[in-house]
Amino acid sequence: MSALPAFLLQDEEGNAHTFPGSRGALVCFVKEDCPTCNEVMPVLDALNRSVDGALDMLVAGQTREGNRRLKEQHGPGFPILDDSTLKVSFAFDIDTVPTLFLCDAQGVPERTLVGFVRDEWRELAELLADRAGASAPSIDWDALPEWRPGCGSLSVDPVIADRLRAEAENGPLRARRIEIASQDDEFEFMFDQGFSDGLPLIPPTPERVVRMLSGTSRDPQEVVGVVAPNLGEATVEKVAINAVMAGCRPEYMPVVLAAMEAVCTDEYNIHGVMATTMGASPVMVVNGPVRHRLGMNMGLGALGQGSRANATIGRAVRLAIRNIGGARPGGTERSTLGNPMKFTMCFAEWEERNPWSPLHVERGFAPEDSVVTVFTMTSGPTLMVDQDSRSAAQLAGSLGLCLEAAFHPKAHYATEVLVVLCPEHVDTLLRDGFDKAAIRSRIQEVTARPIAELAEDPVSAVGFKKAAVDAMTPEQRARLLPKFRRDEDIHLVVAGSDAGKFSGAFHGWVTGEIGSISVSRKIEEAG
Amino acid sequence: MTIIMDPTDERVPVARQLTPRSGAVAGSVALLDISKPRGSVLLDRLEELLKERLPGIVVNRYAKPTFTKPAPETLRREIFASNDFVVEGLAD
Repeated sequence: MSALPAFLLQDEEGNAHTFPGSRGALVCFVKEDCPTCNEVMPVLDALNRSVDGALDMLVAGQTREGNRRLKEQHGPGFPILDDSTLKVSFAFDIDTVPTLFLCDAQGVPERTLVGFVRDEWRELAELLADRAGASAPSIDWDALPEWRPGCGSLSVDPVIADRLRAEAENGPLRARRIEIASQDDEFEFMFDQGFSDGLPLIPPTPERVVRMLSGTSRDPQEVVGVVAPNLGEATVEKVAINAVMAGCRPEYMPVVLAAMEAVCTDEYNIHGVMATTMGASPVMVVNGPVRHRLGMNMGLGALGQGSRANATIGRAVRLAIRNIGGARPGGTERSTLGNPMKFTMCFAEWEERNPWSPLHVERGFAPEDSVVTVFTMTSGPTLMVDQDSRSAAQLAGSLGLCLEAAFHPKAHYATEVLVVLCPEHVDTLLRDGFDKAAIRSRIQEVTARPIAELAEDPVSAVGFKKAAVDAMTPEQRARLLPKFRRDEDIHLVVAGSDAGKFSGAFHGWVTGEIGSISVSRKIEEAG
Repeated sequence: MTIIMDPTDERVPVARQLTPRSGAVAGSVALLDISKPRGSVLLDRLEELLKERLPGIVVNRYAKPTFTKPAPETLRREIFASNDFVVEGLAD
């Protein structure tokens, strides 16, 4: 017979106990909620007294709280070792508790007792006493049951066993495995569990998840972010599971992970974005070389359907927020109307068609970096139709007039905007030498209104309160207020097909520290 | 059987749907012994009572190989295919 696995476990006071030690040992696995284990505790205590230090007494309990209660209830003269990770129980292949091993100094088992068979335990007690040259311990055997089968060891609990097996094999997956019976339809099952955004999901089988993880060199157990409201830990593995369900290819993983990092920041505030009744959702803009490697759409129909990368990267992030963070409609997600962009909203900037700095360079990254930027939108893309303006000043003026509608025409300094300029509009703006600063400045110029015009009135109560405006000096009332608090609240990117004079705008949500601030994260690609 | 990885933060148990309850027992009833000692005593008595009170039903007896592990897929499939009801004797 070969030796049992060596181990080092700590007792409740933090003292280390090793097996095998310098002498033979009695090793016993117990758990507190097993009635048989509770029945054998006094017997173990009597055995311990009887061997009187001739053997190491190594009793391992399977939960910390249970160990504490066993100690309280039985007050044994031996420590109870902490195997709450169940690694030793698993290594010993324990099916049943109690299981008792009598081992020699090398850890080779001489006897193994499973459950409680009174005659076997009695015989063991006599054997130990005989070897110690002592009389058998005083145990009232007749008061004990003839036979008790014991209980299943926690280490074979199906929910835990898979994790333990994966850890023992050093496999990458630690998430709970869910068995779907062959009589069940896995697609219906996933709907029933609430995993879906309403559309079918790809079943995240272990094989698919492992394949998805091949798209990143990051440790599967690395925590990418903590997702509100549940404060669930988004590990690389959990994000990969959601990416499988969304339909991603493994090479999309770095983008999904970077976007998850971005939305989980305090500045971005995913909790507020999901919980608001305004119906907000992240828009993801991808910049840098990764756009081409993944075949992302930045041209014709960039904001629409038809591109796997655009559609599934955005969907993966939304599913991860839903499933890991627990934000579900009717729960903490409270949109009044909702928004179809909550399914997915991700696109790439057509940097090659952008004569100015692309978004990520404006935000401090190098042109060769691949970057994802998350912006919170509440409406859009709203179309800004201008097929007539031939000067940059006119066209940028048109954009300003259209953007006046963000939130409400009388709501100034209220939000930000992400403007997606189409190539034909870019050409018109460029013809007169407009750069991004000039575009922003023109938008601010044409939207500027005297405060008096932004006050509540018989047409609409939105705006400055009448009493406040009445209390102002004429100069204060005449002061011009542009639409946006700062020029940089107008984010400008380029996308769309070469034909058509139609730019788009995503209107933002509440900005600043109480709302959501756009966040950019570098995309770290594997190898 | 398909295995999928849980996409959630795992704070709630996986919800399983229950088969609708008709309020009446008819057809075949499976009695599943989980193989803990003396479980059969309970199930023997249950079988007697079922046959006495519901003479029209068929009782089929099954046993898991061990109480420490879930029933094998083949056994679950067999019980599902041949029975309308199942009674499982649990624990001590």
